[in-house]
Amino acid sequence: MALNSMQEIFEKAASRSIPFWRVVLETDMEERQVTEEQSMEKMRAAWHAMLESVVSYQGDQRSRSGLVGGDGARMRRYAAADTTYSGPYVQEVIATALSVGESNACMRKIVAAPTAGACGVLPAVLVPLYQMGRATEEEILQALYTASGIGAVVSFRACIAGASGGCQAEIGTASAMAAGALTSLRGGDPQQIGHAAAMALKNLMGLVCDPVAGLVEVPCVKRNVVGSVNAVSCADMALAGVESRIPVDEVIDCMGEVGRRMPMEMRETALGGLAATPTGKAVKERMEQQD
Amino acid sequence: MLDIFEILGPIMVGPSSSHTAGAVRIGRMARTLLGEPPVKADIGLYGSFAETGRGHGTDRALVAGLLGMKPDDLRIPESFSVAKEQGLSFVFHPAELREAHPNTAVLTVEGASGKKTKVQAASIGGGRIRVDQLDGVAVDFTGIFNTLIVRHMDVPGELATLTKVLSDGGINIANMSLVRDRRGGSVMTIFEIDQPVPAAELEQLKAVPQVLGVIYYEKEDD
Repeated sequence: MALNSMQEIFEKAASRSIPFWRVVLETDMEERQVTEEQSMEKMRAAWHAMLESVVSYQGDQRSRSGLVGGDGARMRRYAAADTTYSGPYVQEVIATALSVGESNACMRKIVAAPTAGACGVLPAVLVPLYQMGRATEEEILQALYTASGIGAVVSFRACIAGASGGCQAEIGTASAMAAGALTSLRGGDPQQIGHAAAMALKNLMGLVCDPVAGLVEVPCVKRNVVGSVNAVSCADMALAGVESRIPVDEVIDCMGEVGRRMPMEMRETALGGLAATPTGKAVKERMEQQD
Repeated sequence: MLDIFEILGPIMVGPSSSHTAGAVRIGRMARTLLGEPPVKADIGLYGSFAETGRGHGTDRALVAGLLGMKPDDLRIPESFSVAKEQGLSFVFHPAELREAHPNTAVLTVEGASGKKTKVQAASIGGGRIRVDQLDGVAVDFTGIFNTLIVRHMDVPGELATLTKVLSDGGINIANMSLVRDRRGGSVMTIFEIDQPVPAAELEQLKAVPQVLGVIYYEKEDD
């Protein structure tokens, strides 16, 4: 048993009247030959590491290039005045995505989800809920199984590496995982989880991977924000009953196809996109002189 | 094998799952394949590892792995000074390879006993790695499974004897491959297996006639 399609998860969930997350949990138990408790403990360890990656943030840390750092703290200071357009939850989502993305660039400990470049998205949507007392740890763990199942299907059918499929494969996948997690957390059924993931992936389709000087810094940190906020809106749409007109497995296949057709310059080679702007090139030259 | 903790994970020191976590794993794999702590390492970087490796800490990550660290070790950024303390000297240079994965490293490592081994491995995304060459022989294994590398002579029945030791120990084979240099020459057989291999079975494998050497890599976390 593996997780080869979202349809397969829907069918398993329906035939045994179990939630989406439990299908993923049982797949893990079978694949790794572990008990439910052992699997849960490993997921709890991942969650605690995610939580730690948020609370250990330091606003004065700077990346090797000096391009990244301090924006998470800047966003929090601004949010403290309660005048944001985003409101209490989404302003925290933004600040958290920035913080974790920055910590990653500064060689601190994070949880790749599905990659290090996209490590801010899942903690950004989940940690604020937990800290505000709007979700228990058990509910979060279940949501993380849902997220992992979506990520596993994308990894199997398409790809999750920027070098293979561009940023849509990293931030797009993380966003789909987060959208599904949020939908599952509020009692969305498997189909709604699928719609949320499909919408999140569709909204970021075609996004190129164009890191300045090849570093996981610009534009990667801020794209964690767009992945997170996109996930929140897609989860809300799915919970409202909005549906993706293209079935989720077809959207995933399509993302893989778009990735394969993406020019090499736009797949993590730092030869195109923002990396090839005059400023992007200047940063690269400066980094080379440093070395 | 599907491991959802390769999707939600690894727990790692940033900034890049492929250029940092994968690089740590490649270094650690080279250390395991050597079978002793390395004291000298010659490290060739190819493709994107050579181009953007420094900004991602790929160099420090590879050295951290050679020192036995795992991807979540907070000492990774300071691995160069740890190497100095532990007596590991190393050099980096660009590697010229034909048709290799863009994130490839070639490590020639030497232990205190004088034993040497050469490993070519690629970081294939999300922190996962693949070993492509071992001492000049084309191989294909990932370290996602517990892995046994058995060098033995090319004689009839050798494989049956080896698999019998595994089956008697209740060890299930997930993948298996073998490469020989020539008929009747030496063979490298690689078993990717589901269970950990107890010390007793390892000793039994080493004692099988015509076996030249056994290396065992135990996957992370188990």
